[in-house]
Amino acid sequence: MTDLTKQSPLGVYVEHLNKGELAYQFSKDDNKAFFYPRAIAPESGSENIEWRVSKGLGTVYTTTAVYYKGEQPLNVAMIDMDEGYRLMSRVEGIDALQVKIGMRVRFKVHPGDDKTLPYPVFTPAGDAK
Amino acid sequence: MSGLKKGSIAVVGAAESDLGLVAPHTSPVDLMAQATMRALDDCGLKLKDVDALFVAATQVRMGPMSLAEYLRIKPKVFDGTQIGGSSFMTHVAHAQMAIQLGLCEVAVIAYGSTQRSVSRAAASPREFNPYESPYRPILPISAYAMAAARHMHQYGTTREQLAEVAVAARKWALLNPKAWEKEPLTIDQVLNARMVSYPFTVRDCCLVVDGGGAIVLTSAARARTLKKKPVYVLGVGETLSHANISSLPDFTVTGASVSGPQAFKMAGIQPKDVTMLSLYDAFTINPILFLEDLGFCPKGEGGRFVADGAIAPGGKLAVNTSGGGLSYCHPGMYGLLVMIEAIRQVRGECGERQVKNCDVSLAHGNGGVLSSQCTVIFGSENTL
Repeated sequence: MTDLTKQSPLGVYVEHLNKGELAYQFSKDDNKAFFYPRAIAPESGSENIEWRVSKGLGTVYTTTAVYYKGEQPLNVAMIDMDEGYRLMSRVEGIDALQVKIGMRVRFKVHPGDDKTLPYPVFTPAGDAK
Repeated sequence: MSGLKKGSIAVVGAAESDLGLVAPHTSPVDLMAQATMRALDDCGLKLKDVDALFVAATQVRMGPMSLAEYLRIKPKVFDGTQIGGSSFMTHVAHAQMAIQLGLCEVAVIAYGSTQRSVSRAAASPREFNPYESPYRPILPISAYAMAAARHMHQYGTTREQLAEVAVAARKWALLNPKAWEKEPLTIDQVLNARMVSYPFTVRDCCLVVDGGGAIVLTSAARARTLKKKPVYVLGVGETLSHANISSLPDFTVTGASVSGPQAFKMAGIQPKDVTMLSLYDAFTINPILFLEDLGFCPKGEGGRFVADGAIAPGGKLAVNTSGGGLSYCHPGMYGLLVMIEAIRQVRGECGERQVKNCDVSLAHGNGGVLSSQCTVIFGSENTL
């Protein structure tokens, strides 16, 4: 049960990121993980929602390299997490065009800045199972 | 769309506003109003005949009010459904509901944008999304680029096949005096153009121009009393699935696989009965996905289907004969102009680019980031 006068789904998510954790929600009625964080589970509309911490491993579902003037190409990718949900993110530490579909990746926290909340990014994880 | 009857309403008027680059300080509503009067002139109706108004735009928050005020009319039925570029196909379905129920008789659907004049960022600012915005995707381009990347991975679609879509559009545009682009385009030019969001270069992306349009719809009975041959609405279908690309389950399948069958069922026809297609080509991957999802080729075969000039003039299937959003005109939410070309083909008004014996055309609209998908099938008197 989420009391929206006390805490928000995004607020809880960011608290976890501040602790170095990637949190996601699990609908106990649907027996299914979902993302982004919500006050109500999609499909069933259930409030029987559990916050869980991800193991941080996922696979690139699709990817693009974005070209801003005067910058190196920037990766944007969709990551399928092992726990069964998907999120948009960025794979860092390699050239944006070298990020490939099917690549295993590991979560780390990007701290954000004064304008941006912390957010998850990923680095290549080799053949991590 | 059970309850809506094949051929119960018809398009009687269709027109673009001025297109391209408009004079400084022109407003989106100036363009809507201009297009509305041109569309009414096209069928011989007057402003006082209009009793229903359907408007969506990115620069006008409450479209039906703004256009009603400008024209000083008091429509009995109005609808501002805003689901991106496919809004206007949805408006056709909603106009049909209202006309069939006798709530109104003459409906105008209108659109206008000055996005080239004021910039895309100003014309269509994006909502902040804490789960997407920090990664700085160029939206909507990067969303479609990721759909293309997945299609390439899963089905072996190539950048050359994507480029075929842009080249075919350009060849059609060279036959359309109203098209923005006037010079030929080659596959190599598409591939070697400035990269925007891999695999898309700027030539895989639609134009950014000013413009607008309007269509006039009325009951089949009244349509037969007007100036031009009615273009009947044979079938409509609509669906929406998500607002942000992160929530699209399968990046290779669009809602056209839902809206298409709905429209075909209502029309009582099949893809093989369609003579000409007008598919919202915001990006080169779009017609490929829509040809698959609407049933014109098997899933995964879209890239190979469009190869070797198959959808260019003289090819096996006439697609986007206006030159499309890629080469004719793309004033932001392009869906109304997608329909205008499909209407004109059934009327036989397309001059050099006219498709022979075009009794049935299909217009497919796409909105957001593959989010809303709406299909309208048009037909001549022969198809009723």
